[in-house]
Amino acid sequence: MRRSRNAMTCLRKRTGAWVTAACLVLSLSPAFAAAAPGASAPCGLDQVMALLSQQRHAEAAFDERQYLAVLTRPLVSSGILIYDAPAYLEQRTLHPRRQTMVLDHGTLTLQVGRHRRSVSLAQYPQLAPLIDSMRATLAGDRAALERHFTLQFHGDPGHWQLRLKPRAPQLAARIRDIQIDGARAQITAVRVRQRDGDHSVLLIRPRR
Amino acid sequence: MSPPPALRHALPVAIWLLGLVLAGVVVARARYSADLSAFLPRAPSPMQQLLVQQLRDGPASRLILIGIDGQDAAVRARASHALARALRQRGAFSVVANGEADASERDRRFAFVHRYQLSAAVTPARFSVEGLRAAITATMDLMASPAGLLAQSLFRTDPTGETLQVIDQLGSGARPRMLGGVWSSRDGQRALLLAQTRASGADTDAQQRAVQLVRSTFDRICAPGALTLRLSGPGVFAVQARSSIERAALRLSVLSTALIVTLLLIVYRSVPVLLFGLLPVASGALAGVAAVALGFGVVHGITLGFGITLIGESVDYPIYLFVQSRGREYHDVLWPTIGLGALTSICGFASLLPSAFPGLAQLGLYSVTGLVIAAAVTRWVLPRLLPARLAVIDLASLGSAARRALSHLHLPVALACALALVCALVLYQHRHRLWTHDLAALSPVPASSLRLDAQMRAGLGAPDVSNLVMVSAGSEQAALRWAEAAGRALDTLVDSHVIGGYDSPARYLPSQATQAARLGSLPDEASLRARLAAATSGLNIAPGAFEPFLSQVSAARQDGPITRASLRGTSLALALDALLWHQNGQWRALLPLHAASGAAGNIDAASVRAALASLPSAHVVMLNVKQQSDALYAGYLAAALRLSLLGLAAIVLLLAIALRRSLRVLRVIAPLLLAVLVVTAVLALVGVELTILHLIGMLLTVAVGSNYALFFDRSAAQGDLAGLPRTLASLMVANASTVLGFTVLAFSSVPVLSALGMMVAPGTLLALLFAALLAPRSLFAAPAPAPATAGAA
Repeated sequence: MRRSRNAMTCLRKRTGAWVTAACLVLSLSPAFAAAAPGASAPCGLDQVMALLSQQRHAEAAFDERQYLAVLTRPLVSSGILIYDAPAYLEQRTLHPRRQTMVLDHGTLTLQVGRHRRSVSLAQYPQLAPLIDSMRATLAGDRAALERHFTLQFHGDPGHWQLRLKPRAPQLAARIRDIQIDGARAQITAVRVRQRDGDHSVLLIRPRR
Repeated sequence: MSPPPALRHALPVAIWLLGLVLAGVVVARARYSADLSAFLPRAPSPMQQLLVQQLRDGPASRLILIGIDGQDAAVRARASHALARALRQRGAFSVVANGEADASERDRRFAFVHRYQLSAAVTPARFSVEGLRAAITATMDLMASPAGLLAQSLFRTDPTGETLQVIDQLGSGARPRMLGGVWSSRDGQRALLLAQTRASGADTDAQQRAVQLVRSTFDRICAPGALTLRLSGPGVFAVQARSSIERAALRLSVLSTALIVTLLLIVYRSVPVLLFGLLPVASGALAGVAAVALGFGVVHGITLGFGITLIGESVDYPIYLFVQSRGREYHDVLWPTIGLGALTSICGFASLLPSAFPGLAQLGLYSVTGLVIAAAVTRWVLPRLLPARLAVIDLASLGSAARRALSHLHLPVALACALALVCALVLYQHRHRLWTHDLAALSPVPASSLRLDAQMRAGLGAPDVSNLVMVSAGSEQAALRWAEAAGRALDTLVDSHVIGGYDSPARYLPSQATQAARLGSLPDEASLRARLAAATSGLNIAPGAFEPFLSQVSAARQDGPITRASLRGTSLALALDALLWHQNGQWRALLPLHAASGAAGNIDAASVRAALASLPSAHVVMLNVKQQSDALYAGYLAAALRLSLLGLAAIVLLLAIALRRSLRVLRVIAPLLLAVLVVTAVLALVGVELTILHLIGMLLTVAVGSNYALFFDRSAAQGDLAGLPRTLASLMVANASTVLGFTVLAFSSVPVLSALGMMVAPGTLLALLFAALLAPRSLFAAPAPAPATAGAA
């Protein structure tokens, strides 16, 4: 695991440098320079997407807090995240109770104790983009993200913030926005704000 | 006293004409069908009958499985959406499902609205303080999970998680793979849809209209050639089988009639003689159809098409008459032989009569009637109609040539015995693979269609019905109650991993008693409010969060039970229809069993039966369908074997009575048995697995072939060397017409008929050959005074 992460970091550095160089060259060209203020964001987004899409495998620890109006205190949970490019994302909750969610090629499987539920995301078109948003970000799949959300990018590849606003009215009626923070190819936080004021914060840090 | 000669002369003709008119009326008024059921066995035990009936007109028989192949997944998904939408607008289908989100949304809505009737977790204990606390804590855990959004959105109305419980209960079966938002095959290469016709599966006309509607709709909405439509399902099979039977019946009857007529024209070289020659067959065919119409109420297309082939033998009678007879000789010499031959044939065909396949029984009745009438017409009517001088070509030259050829050839008895021994050895070696043990071998549905069906079914996650518990009861409610009782017994097996799981109609539609018990365990608002307060203390629930829950529970307490109609429009209605139905005054429920993981698909039937032992077997039975259908087939085979042996015994008895000497009987029977042995051995060698129909073919070979052997026996007994060439010629023509007819049958696409053809066509040819080769050699010596010719030849 350590070896693969080293290899990945190395690969990331090289690609990152290449993309930065490409952006520099582009911004120096006259046409691009004219559009510089508006164009810097997409360029940064593309850079981050390129960085993310290079990532084949990742593991991280997470802590989640959900602030729900029906509860007087937040729901707290923690565990690990495992990602395999491009279509496998596992969220293994270890506390307060063991449960596992696996999103694999559009099928969502939830295991609680001996109990296993499996649904196809396609059958939940209203919720699917939300559940799929983290995977699509990890995969650097800008097209998939833009299908369901309008994207706002801030920052630079070293420290970025991506804000997703749902396009579909059905989803927009529930979800105000999703905010994903990251550093290079690492997602550090996912914040989901619902229309009714409920919100959640998922903090991600590399596993030691 | 006796009637005047003219009247005596005219009476048979008058009776014949009257008979023709009556038969004509019956035939004109008869009902005709070409559906597949005639070649599905009539099942002996009620349980097996149920299986066959469920296949024929149960709700499962109303399903059409639709596959879309070609292009990429996105194009197929668009076609699936368009096809489903277009078909839903037509009244022909009660449900068209393709996995679209709208439909799943309807199902979820149903689960939510009726959660307190449907959830098996709803008990008085669930709504006690402890029960509520446990259920609410579990739901909160689920909400904390990444997929907890659904649980979160339901928390205020359904904090005990009944909706999810119901969704779990209903979705326990395997689900189809989703691709592009619609159902897809496991390999992702085919979009899948499921349509249920409103019309009964037994109504083949309506099924045909539905199939055509699917095809034409598909052609309209999809660019030609880009995508391929694949249809399967019981109704589709019935439509396919009917059209193939109709095609086969028409094509084969035209073909065999044309071949036989051509043959006879070549032989007779005279149209009037041909027409006279066809009179007995035509009369026999008409009488045969009339008899079937009277006996069965409906005449099957196969009977019309192939009956004429089976009584092709009766074309032989006038052949013997025209070719062999010399005026008065006919009555005294020829008739007993023809009569005995016809009787042996009738013994053979009569063994079809008690057949388990209605189609074969029809053919038996048709043949027996046809042969009797044809023989009678040949005996009493034809001679009175023939003009005094009928120009019949003398076939003696053909016969002489055959005689000369035969005088060279000889099959010593020792060699015949050796051949029989070799064949017997081959059969002994192949004894384990000789008979097919699969009922499907008799199915008129081609194996390729069955494979496609199995693939699509697996892709759609249709329950594997190889093991199931069957419930029978007098009413829908009783059936549901017994299904629930069986389900409780099966739950213990699921817990102990004897079985992996099971489906039950009671999951979709609980019995009213169960629903009432569930609704009855909901506390009134005041008690629920008090218990909730106690249950949620310390759980950080915001005050007033559960007001929607409180009001919905009070509303549910006023609800009545859901009925079958409540499911209308959901895909659950489809599932329920397949598992619960009404037939012949009985309600049936099926609980398909799933094997435990790691059991390689096997189910320990003994354990299941033991678990169900406390339930009355009149209401609850476990079935292993494969075992049942194997038993069914073994039963048919045993019955057919018994019938064939009886038929053979009847033929031998008949011959013994007529011929009186055992050596003569042996001479007649030996070539027939040898012919059957050789054909069977060759079929075994080329890998054809024998079915019941081959067995019946063997008997037909003996029945038809006996005519040939009898003529040789007559010639030998009378020392009629001069008449032999004519006998030989007539036998050859008669045999050629029979072989032609059955060869046509052998190439039929209906397995039942091709099996008959491939046995009888070579069998009768060999029967004639062996009968000639085993006849006394002295018979084929040239008539005196030319012994030198025979010696030199």
